Amino acid sequence: MHFPSVFSSSTASPLPTLSDSAMDPPLPVSSSEPPKDIFSEPPADTFKDPLNKTSAEKAASGGLSKAQAAVPVKVAADEELDDLFSDSLGESGAAPVTDAKIAPLLDLGEEPQKSDVIKKDGNADLFKEPLGAMTKKPQGSLFTEAKSEAKAARPEQSNSAAADLFTEEAFTVTPVVAAAKSSVNTSSKTNGLHSDEEDLFAEATVELSLDSPHNDRRKREAAKPSAPAPSLSASASTSKPQPKTLEELEEEEKEDTFDLNISVTNPEKVGKSTTSLSMFRSKQFTVRRRFSDFLGLYEKLSEKHAQNGYIVPPPPEKSILGMTKVKVGKEDPSSAEFVERRRAALERYLHRVVSHPSLLQDPDVREFLEKEELPRAVSTQALSGAGFLKMINKATDAVSKMTIKMNESDVWFEEKLQEVESEDQQLRKLHAMVESLVNHRKELSVNTAMFAKSVAMLGSSEDNTALSRALSQLAEVEDRIEQLHQDQASNDFFIFAELLADYIRLLGAVRACFDQRMKAWQRWQDAQNMLQKKRETEAKLLWANKPDKLQQAKDEIVEWEAKVSQYEREFERVSATVRKEVIRFEKEKSRDFKKQIIRYLESLLQSQQQLIKYWEAFLPEAKAIA
Amino acid sequence: MKGSNEDSAQSVNGSSIKITDVTQDGDTLTFAITSQKSSSSAGVCVFRTYEDFEWLQQGLFSQEDVPGLQGVIFPPLPSKPLPSTSLSQAKALKQLGFLALGDEWMIYCKALELYLQQVAAHTTLSKSKALYSFLNSSESPGKQCGKKGILNRLSQAMEEMRKEGHKDVDEFFQSERDSSTNLSALFKLSTEKFLDVVLNKQRLALACGHFSTSLHLCVNQDNPTAVAFSKICLKLSDIIEAVKINYEKVSDNDISTLGLGLDLESRYQEAKREMLFRRTCKLVELETANRNSERAKPNKKAIMEGVQKATQKEFDIISSVAKQEIEHYHRDRVSLLRDFLICWCEKQLSTARESSALLSQHLDACKKFAV
Repeated sequence: MHFPSVFSSSTASPLPTLSDSAMDPPLPVSSSEPPKDIFSEPPADTFKDPLNKTSAEKAASGGLSKAQAAVPVKVAADEELDDLFSDSLGESGAAPVTDAKIAPLLDLGEEPQKSDVIKKDGNADLFKEPLGAMTKKPQGSLFTEAKSEAKAARPEQSNSAAADLFTEEAFTVTPVVAAAKSSVNTSSKTNGLHSDEEDLFAEATVELSLDSPHNDRRKREAAKPSAPAPSLSASASTSKPQPKTLEELEEEEKEDTFDLNISVTNPEKVGKSTTSLSMFRSKQFTVRRRFSDFLGLYEKLSEKHAQNGYIVPPPPEKSILGMTKVKVGKEDPSSAEFVERRRAALERYLHRVVSHPSLLQDPDVREFLEKEELPRAVSTQALSGAGFLKMINKATDAVSKMTIKMNESDVWFEEKLQEVESEDQQLRKLHAMVESLVNHRKELSVNTAMFAKSVAMLGSSEDNTALSRALSQLAEVEDRIEQLHQDQASNDFFIFAELLADYIRLLGAVRACFDQRMKAWQRWQDAQNMLQKKRETEAKLLWANKPDKLQQAKDEIVEWEAKVSQYEREFERVSATVRKEVIRFEKEKSRDFKKQIIRYLESLLQSQQQLIKYWEAFLPEAKAIA
Repeated sequence: MKGSNEDSAQSVNGSSIKITDVTQDGDTLTFAITSQKSSSSAGVCVFRTYEDFEWLQQGLFSQEDVPGLQGVIFPPLPSKPLPSTSLSQAKALKQLGFLALGDEWMIYCKALELYLQQVAAHTTLSKSKALYSFLNSSESPGKQCGKKGILNRLSQAMEEMRKEGHKDVDEFFQSERDSSTNLSALFKLSTEKFLDVVLNKQRLALACGHFSTSLHLCVNQDNPTAVAFSKICLKLSDIIEAVKINYEKVSDNDISTLGLGLDLESRYQEAKREMLFRRTCKLVELETANRNSERAKPNKKAIMEGVQKATQKEFDIISSVAKQEIEHYHRDRVSLLRDFLICWCEKQLSTARESSALLSQHLDACKKFAV
C-alpha cells in the first residue's frame, strides 16, 4: 500500500513529493523536492533523495538509532510491512507545519524498497529522509549528519551519540523540527473550552523502536529529536534499550500547529512520533501523531481484541484544563509539567501496547507506528478520562448483573476477579498517599526556597565577614537542596503516582476482559436457550403434525446446535485467553513495579549523595567562621 | 547564702550547670538542675519551676548595687512553656518556636540550660545573690516576692515607642542601634522560615509513614505471582519507611542545632535591643534634665544641676558598660553561631551518609530480587 505524501511540513499543504517517491525504488524524486515553502532553506544539494527535508530548526534526529543490521530479518509475517516502511514518515499532520519546521520522518522502506538515503544537509535543520532504505544498502553516513544534529540538539540524549547509522535497513532519521509555536497556523482557536473532548495533543514525537523477538538485535539508540518549541521543554525521551523485546519510545512534544476540527470543535495540535521498529527491519520511523490518534488506536484495538478476552491497555486521559493552558501558550511550570506528563503517559501506553505479543501483530498497531498520516479518529469522545471510566463501569455493571446467574465452573475466575477488585481499592489508596507525598515535597521545596532567601538577606546584612560569608554559603546550599526536593517530588510523581494511576486504569481493563468472558458465556447460554426453544417448537410441530414447518424447525435446530457449539468453543477460548492474559498481566505488573522501585531507589540514592556533597562543601565554610 | 567570703564561695562553674531532668505534673514542669562550684567538685542538685526562673531574672534586673546595670545585655529567658496537653500545638509553636519541638521538652531544657550558663558566665551577673540562691537553695525561691526590676520590655506604653527612634549622641551607638534593628528582624524572619521548613519535613515524614503502612497492607498470599507482588510491595514499604526515618532524623538535627541556635540568636538580638533602648531612654532623661537645668529658676537651679550631673554620670556609666557588653556580645554570638552551624552541618552529613548506605543496601537487594 502506498502511503500518501510523506511530508507535510509545508504550511501550505503536505508535501506531495514524497509520496511518489515513497514507493518507488530509488528515485531521486525530483518531484519530491520539497516545495520551497516548506523548507526554510532549500538545500537542494543536500537532497540526494527527494525526501529531503530541512527543517529550520535544529532537529535532533529523532530517529537516529543504530540500525540494526539484522536487516534481512523478515520480521513480521506481514507482507504489508514493506509497504509500511516504504513511506517516509513525514510529519503527518493534519496540521500543517510551518515552513520552518518540518519533522521529516524518514521511513525506511523495507528491503524491497529502494533505499534512498538522503544525505542530510549540514545544517542543523536538516532532516534526511532516507527513502525506503533497502536492506542491504549501507546507508552509512546518512545519519551522521542527522545524528550530529541530533546530538547538538539533544545533548542529553546519550543515544544520539551513537553514530551508527543504519546500515542495512534504512533507517530513518528523524530530525524533527518542531515548529515553534508561532509557526502554527492557527486557524483555529482553541475551542477546547467548549467541548469535552478536547483533542489536544501537544506534539509528541514518538520514537519507537522495537526489537523483533526473533531478532537479536543490538540495542538501538534512538536519538531524540530536540524540542524546538521554546515553550515546551518536554522532550524527555528516554530510550531504554532492552535486551529482549525492546521498545524505545520517545516522545517529544512540541506545539506545532493548530487545527480546528469543526465537527468536534477541538483544537488540535499535531504530534510527532518517531518510530523505530525493529520488527520492521530496524527501521526507524518518525511519525507524528495526535492525541486523538492514540485514542483511535485504543478504540480499534479494543474493538478487535477485547471481546476475545485480551487486556487492551487503556490510553491516557484527556485533560481539558491542562491542554487549555498549553494551547493558550502559558509558560509556567504546571503547563510544562502537564505536557511532560502527557508525553510520558503516551510513551508508556505505547510501550505496553507493543510489549503485548498479540497486539503487536495487529496491523493497526503497525499502521499507527508507521503510517505517516492517519485518518482522523473522530469518535474518541467516549474516551475522555471520565468517559472512559464511565464506559468501563457501565459495562461492568451490566455484566455484573449477569454474574449472579453464571455458574462459575472454574473458581479460578471468581477468585481472580475478587483479587482484582480488592487490588483496585488498594492501588487507589496508595495513589492518594503518593499524591499527598508529592504535595508535601513540593511544599518543602517552596519553604526551603524562602528560607534560603531569608538567609541570603541575613548574610548580606551581617557585619562579621566570616559569618556573613558562611551565611551566604548556607543560602546557596539551601537553594540547591531546594532543587533536590523539587526533583525528588517529580520523581515521586512520575515514578509512582503515574505508575499507580496506570495500573488502576489497567485493572479496569482487566475487569473489562472478565466481563467479555461473561458476555461470551451469556451468548452461549442464550444460544442454548434458543436451541431448547427450537426443540420445543419442533416437538410441538410434530405433535401438531405440520410437516411443512417441521423441516424449517429442524433446520433451525441444526443451525442453533451449530451456534451453541460455536459459542461454547468461543467461551472456552475466551476463558483460556483471559486466563493467560491475567497471568501475563500479573507478571508484567510485578516486573513493572520492581523496575520502578529500582528507579526510585536510584534517584533517592543520587539525591542523598548530592546532599552529602553539599554538606561536605559547607562544613569548611562553617569552620572558617572566626 | 550563709557565711562570709561569699564571693569566692559563690562562684559557680558555669559550664557545669546542667538540666538533667524534667518532669511534668499537669501543667507544671519541674526542672532538675545540677551545678558545681568552681572551687569544689561537689555537685548540687535543685528542683525549679518556670516561676523560679522568672524570679531569678527579676532578681538580676533589680540588683541595686551594680553601677550601669542598665547597660548590661541580659541573657534572654525563654518564654513560659505551655504544656501542650491542653493547648494546641499551634499556640505552643507561636509562643515558643523551636523550643516547643523535640521530644519531651529536650530542646526547651537545653535553652534554659544555656540561659543559666550565660548568666553564670557573665562577669557582673554571676555575682548576683539571686543566682546563688537559685542554684543552691533547697527552698524554691520563686515564692518570695521579687522587687520590681528595671524596665525590661520594649513593648511598654506607646510613648516608649517614640524614644526608640531618638537620635543618639554617639556614632557608635547610633550605628549599633540601626544594625540591631535590622538584623534582629532578619534573624527573626530566618528563624520563622526555618521552622516552616522543619515542620514541613515532619509532615513529609508522616506522609511517608502512611504510605509505608498502606503498602504493608497490600499483602496477598493466594498464588505465586501474588506472593511475588506482595514481596515487592513490602520491599517498597521498607524503603519508604527508611525515607521517613531519614526525614525524622534530619528534622531532629535541624531542631537541636541550627533551630536552637537561630532561636537563641533571635532572642539575644532582642535582649541587645532592649539594652540599647534602656540607654536611649536614659539619654532622653538626660536631655530633659539638661533642659530643665537650663531653664530652671534660680532657686531651683542648684537642684536641677544636681539632677543633671547625676543623670549625666549614670548615662556615662551605662554607656561604657554598654560598649563593653556589645563587644562581648559580638564575639560571643559569632562563636555560638559558629558552633551551632558546625554541629548542624556535621550531624546532617552523618545522617546523609547513613541514609545513603542504607539506600544502597536496599538497592542491591532489590536488584537481586527475583520476580
